[in-house]
Amino acid sequence: MKKIYLTMPVLTILLLTLVSPVLPANKPPAKGETLPVFNLPIPKSPAEKGYLGLSGDGLFKIPQIKARVVIVEIYSMYCPYCQKDAPGINEFYQLIEKSSNLKSKIKMIGIGAGNTSFEVEVFKKTYQVPFPLFPDKDFTIHKASGEVRTPYFIVIKINDDGTHQIVHAQLGDYPGAEPFLEIVLKASGLK
Amino acid sequence: MKKIIRVDLVLISMAISIGAFIPAVYGASDAFKENIYKVGALKPVDSKLNVKVGDRAPDFTLPSVSGEKVSLSQYRGKKNVVLSFVPAAWTPVCSDQWPGYNIIKDVFQQNDAILFGITVDNIPTLFAWTNQMGKLWFSVLSDFWPHGAVAKKYGVLRSDGVSERALFVIDKKGTLGYIDVHDINKRPPLEDLVSALEKLKR
Repeated sequence: MKKIYLTMPVLTILLLTLVSPVLPANKPPAKGETLPVFNLPIPKSPAEKGYLGLSGDGLFKIPQIKARVVIVEIYSMYCPYCQKDAPGINEFYQLIEKSSNLKSKIKMIGIGAGNTSFEVEVFKKTYQVPFPLFPDKDFTIHKASGEVRTPYFIVIKINDDGTHQIVHAQLGDYPGAEPFLEIVLKASGLK
Repeated sequence: MKKIIRVDLVLISMAISIGAFIPAVYGASDAFKENIYKVGALKPVDSKLNVKVGDRAPDFTLPSVSGEKVSLSQYRGKKNVVLSFVPAAWTPVCSDQWPGYNIIKDVFQQNDAILFGITVDNIPTLFAWTNQMGKLWFSVLSDFWPHGAVAKKYGVLRSDGVSERALFVIDKKGTLGYIDVHDINKRPPLEDLVSALEKLKR
């Protein structure tokens, strides 16, 4: 019995370390790879839920978004480049939404590295961000993404069978709405 | 018994080894490129406060990056004041703290407050570092010489000569209304500061 008392806490620590739902990565997600495994909360807002093609409550994984291409921006409210690029990213969103051909095929989300829900809302309000943003308060997703510097853009192609693949990833260097759309269309094969 | 302890030690070592592959969280913005010096995990707090909520905030005069000298007393009766001490320029977390305050000028204005950022760095260092943050609306003050004198006065000077990551909210009467000597390794959540500012109005 004594043996169990001695070993149980240690085993618990080990188990918690091993079964952590989101594992940290040593490098950023790159072209040709799949996304690190993590869940996001289904947005409460009906508009955002509808935009992503999700329903109900609970959690979802990015490949469950109803789209052929999903663009993930890992950003931070505290990042000067993310602040500077925000209007240009909004412009990119508008380009897609104005295209009857693309609006159902390409969706965007942002993940606020180290940002609380409050901080995400401040960024959303300040820059009038029209697409869904998610907090990553404890840097969990950021760590799973190899602690990328921000902003980091990941373009994901979702296949008909539900599998997915990263077709483009870039750190910063946002080129503006139209050139970025060209990059996305070319990388994803939508063009 | 010895065997059990040995097994435990092996298991603990395994857990620690796995932890070692978990990288520390560093300043995340690409605005600073590769120029952030990685300090590693530090002792969360390494000083003892000399002030408490309800005390008169100690006065000081410090030079700012923009050239003028700033005294706390000049704002008495006029503005609420927030002092944001951060440990050092070009270090993680610090580099991703003030840029956030830079986009909530309206929140400070709504609460009739001004913000001063303070570090123990000298003016040229602060000039170069804050230039990477874009144009800041608030003044950045240098507590470089006598080294860390203001941080020491408030009781937030650490034993290695940098300051704590600390926030002080001072009302128009010059009274300390909120103090957060935060874990140096973490950024204080914005909502805590905003909430402290909003309480000043009541």
